[in-house]
Amino acid sequence: MNGSVWLPLMVVASALLPGLIIFCLPEEKVRTRTVLNLAGAFSKIILTGWMLWGVYHGDRYEMRVAFLPELDLVLRADSLSLLFIALSSLLWLLTTIYAIGYLEGSPHRSRFFGFFSLCVTSTSGVALSGNLITFLVFYELLTLVTYPLVVHRGTEAARRAGQIYLVYTISGGTLLLLGTVWLYSITGTLEFRPQGILYSLDGAHYPALAAIFALLIAGLGVKAALVPLHGWLPEAMIAPAPVSALLHAVAVVKAGAYGIVRVVYDVFGIDFAATLGVTGPLAVLAAVTILYGSLRALAQDNLKRRLAYSTVSQVSYITLGVAIAGPVATIGGVVHLVHQGLMKITLFFCAGNLAETLGIHKVHEMNGAGRRMPWTMAAFTIGAFGMIGVPPVAGFVSKWYLGLGALEAEAHWVIFVLVGSSLLNAAYFLPVLHRVWFRDPPDNWPIERDFGDKETAWALLLPPVITALLALLAGLAASAWFSPLEWVKLIAQREFYHL
Amino acid sequence: MSHAFAYALVGAGLFLLGLYALVAYAHLLRKILALNIMGSGVFLVLVALAKRTGDAEPDPVPHAMVITGIVVAVSATALALALMLKVSGKTGQAVLPGRHQD
Amino acid sequence: MEAILANADWGVIVILLPLTGGIVCFLWPAVSKTAGLITVAAVVLAVAGLGRQIMEHGAYRHTVGGWGAPLGIDLFADGLSLFMLIMTALVGLGISCYAKSYFNPRDAVWFWPVWLFLLAALNALFLAADIFNLYVTLELTGLAAVTLTALTGRIDALSSAMRYLLAMLAGSLAYLLGVALLYHDSGSVDIATLAQRIEPNATVWAALGLMSAGLALKTALFPLSFWLPPAHASAPAPVSALLSALVVKASFYILLRLWLELFADFAEGVSTLLGLLGAAAILWGSLQALRQTRIKLLVAYSTVAQIGYLFLVYPLASASSGLAAGIAAYLAFSHALAKSAMFLAAGNLMRFGGHDRIADLDRAVQRLPLTVSAFALAGVSIMGLPPSGGFTGKWLLLDAAMSQGRWDLAAVMIIGGLLAAGYIFKVLGYAFMQAKEPHDARAVPAGMEWAALLLAVGSILLGLMASEIFALIHPDLVANAGGAVERVWTA
Repeated sequence: MNGSVWLPLMVVASALLPGLIIFCLPEEKVRTRTVLNLAGAFSKIILTGWMLWGVYHGDRYEMRVAFLPELDLVLRADSLSLLFIALSSLLWLLTTIYAIGYLEGSPHRSRFFGFFSLCVTSTSGVALSGNLITFLVFYELLTLVTYPLVVHRGTEAARRAGQIYLVYTISGGTLLLLGTVWLYSITGTLEFRPQGILYSLDGAHYPALAAIFALLIAGLGVKAALVPLHGWLPEAMIAPAPVSALLHAVAVVKAGAYGIVRVVYDVFGIDFAATLGVTGPLAVLAAVTILYGSLRALAQDNLKRRLAYSTVSQVSYITLGVAIAGPVATIGGVVHLVHQGLMKITLFFCAGNLAETLGIHKVHEMNGAGRRMPWTMAAFTIGAFGMIGVPPVAGFVSKWYLGLGALEAEAHWVIFVLVGSSLLNAAYFLPVLHRVWFRDPPDNWPIERDFGDKETAWALLLPPVITALLALLAGLAASAWFSPLEWVKLIAQREFYHL
Repeated sequence: MSHAFAYALVGAGLFLLGLYALVAYAHLLRKILALNIMGSGVFLVLVALAKRTGDAEPDPVPHAMVITGIVVAVSATALALALMLKVSGKTGQAVLPGRHQD
Repeated sequence: MEAILANADWGVIVILLPLTGGIVCFLWPAVSKTAGLITVAAVVLAVAGLGRQIMEHGAYRHTVGGWGAPLGIDLFADGLSLFMLIMTALVGLGISCYAKSYFNPRDAVWFWPVWLFLLAALNALFLAADIFNLYVTLELTGLAAVTLTALTGRIDALSSAMRYLLAMLAGSLAYLLGVALLYHDSGSVDIATLAQRIEPNATVWAALGLMSAGLALKTALFPLSFWLPPAHASAPAPVSALLSALVVKASFYILLRLWLELFADFAEGVSTLLGLLGAAAILWGSLQALRQTRIKLLVAYSTVAQIGYLFLVYPLASASSGLAAGIAAYLAFSHALAKSAMFLAAGNLMRFGGHDRIADLDRAVQRLPLTVSAFALAGVSIMGLPPSGGFTGKWLLLDAAMSQGRWDLAAVMIIGGLLAAGYIFKVLGYAFMQAKEPHDARAVPAGMEWAALLLAVGSILLGLMASEIFALIHPDLVANAGGAVERVWTA
């Protein structure tokens, strides 16, 4: 079947082509730009749906082109890559709608949407990578194309934040490169394979392999915001809200977390990694990150920074689930890739709405915001409950599986981490919710924009409401055939454990 | 020690002498002369080593090389002198910036 | 027609075309722009013709006037020479398109003839089959390059050109003395013959030292790089691009040739030394670049650092000299594309703002997007980030270093990449910002913006064509070319 070769490439191109055309568009061609953006986003969703259907029925989609001597660029759609692709294409569409509303009338939108599309391109590439070198290429590309978005506003503060962002991400990329070359010099292959590529290696290589593991995880840990490599994430919040929402809460950090999943399962192989003794330290690192991120979030008054630290904490659930090294915990971790994405993007959209509509940036300014913007704050509440792990929002499902998995793997300390983290989540979200719903609004909002009888522009309101509902649905219908959880069970069955 | 070898040694000596002068002196004319002396040293080595085998005819190839080399050296010197005149015309002295005439 | 194309002496044509073009430009200045561009385009086609011949029949050899070695002059081209010729022709074409709009009529009168003479000298150098002919062509290259540096007649350009010339001449004389010694030892200047006769002895060692030192000076290998930053920074933008992209590669090519065919087998200690100096060049050049406040000096110091990468192939060549030559040639090509794009972009920024202070770039991203994109894309390759020629080259070098347990070299490459990211993004960060004293943008001709961008895009595309390129400079290509050449590619 010819189409199967081209499908992964078409998914990548569906974001790349609109992006390249948008760069060439003059600033005032708003309608053409919107059409291009939406056409790209919709075609990506359709292509993703097609591949989901195919992969579910056992098809393989793989494309290979020669790149380096004896190394190919490989784009391959398996069930794990489709999970990430599905998440990113859905959220790309919603974020595009949101960004069109958010940036209405602001300068340099062609540049913004151009790079935005390139980010989605790189994220798709990361998701579809069939070997480590392809992953590395798109991972580095993601760093490069997000930089213009971080410094988009062109202020001195933005330039500084951009510098910090680069120091972290370029160093991370370098470590990843070093680990990759080293690995290649030992193995001579970088393919992602279900049991990894290392189990047949001689024991003499084990110390080197442990060092390589550390290098790769450090390189990926920068984007996945593992402590102490998380410093860029709060700084990057200087970017416009849609950037924070899609890129820094979903695409970039997820690229790191997704990479960790790939490295642990498809490069090292979970059994081999456990033999090597590297999963334990990784789990501890993830646990530390979870607690540290939550503690730091407590102290932030700036809403976006609080959410950023919350991201630091929540993304490490994915790493934790993978590192516990059992099927159930892995399901909990990998499904959090989707669940956290839905919940966190809701929260960032709502933060953007508060800033755009009422000029609110700080937590202490949020008193009574629920009365002024009930829909936005309802969505925010669902997202926050999900983060805390209140049933039936999706976050509960992730934590439940993580907990069960920890018990199954007899890693009892993880339960304490989960409980402690949930308490901390509650401690930094519930006071916000209390302010929003139960305190009186001030006489004047900092900078209020008038939207007639609506609370804000529909393009700003619709995306968070949809994502909040999806987060709720993913939790309520967790065992329905279309839920993320069911798909992740399929992944665990097919790719990881061959149950 | 054969005559040829002695000439070659002198040539090498000229090369070194020229190299020293090139580095040590600031005035551009001296530097250009130093390069010419280095060049002459090299040519001397080439001519001397052309006498390769005892009493046979000398090898013509190095002589051809020397003639070519002289042509190259003349044009290089011409360019160097022209540049030097331009520099001294602009600055009033024939030295490179950062160095004082000694 | 087909027969004419297949049997023409493309090697001779590749040299004579720019020589004739240069004379035409010199005699009829009024047509120099048109004649110059047509000539360079014709050279590209002639190189393509030569390439086809080599692909079909193996390495090219032509005895000029039918005299043959040792008295006559031979032209010779294998995969490596062809690759350098392609690099020169393509990058030269990009820079020529830029130069068409760049120069005022007064400077254009001098630029075109001298540039075409330079092109002829470079082509002749890459086609030279003996070490004395290499000397002559190297000297011609240097003289033309110095003349171009002095083109504007400003005092900084004149004194840099003077310093450049003195260094050039000292380097060539050292090389020539080495040629004399080698000839004395082996009785030949033909590389293929030398390769069969050469034995390590005192004379050969002295020749090796003199030639290596002279060529290292001309290639601006640290610490002999003192002349490069002022010369490359003070020349007009297209000239800086030519110097950085092509002229330093000429002497590097000679060193690589000598090494591969004559010295590699016995001079491992010198290889180590060259590698060490290369590593030092990477660190020193990158740190200096990071310190600069002006774009052109920054780019010039970046060249010093990038030359260092070229020299890392020497200590890594012991495992496979053919592969090492391939890597070196590939790195040289990718640097040529990226660095020429960068200098041309810097020229645009100077035209646009009237200065090249990095901190006052003043929203160049909005106002000169094509140029900043060119700088950024070229920067990606210089930093060695994927996908780009710079990345592929760095990957191959890293892979070689790791396989041979050379952690020190790998570490230097990694640090060099980080420092490069530092200086590239220093420029890009300021390009997004408004300067303290905003200034009006001056118009930059579209041709100049596009020329820079196309070269930069080339440096990215090169990274995606690595397999094709390695097929070009592959052992099979030169296998039927005679013993001496074959030896190069089999390690």
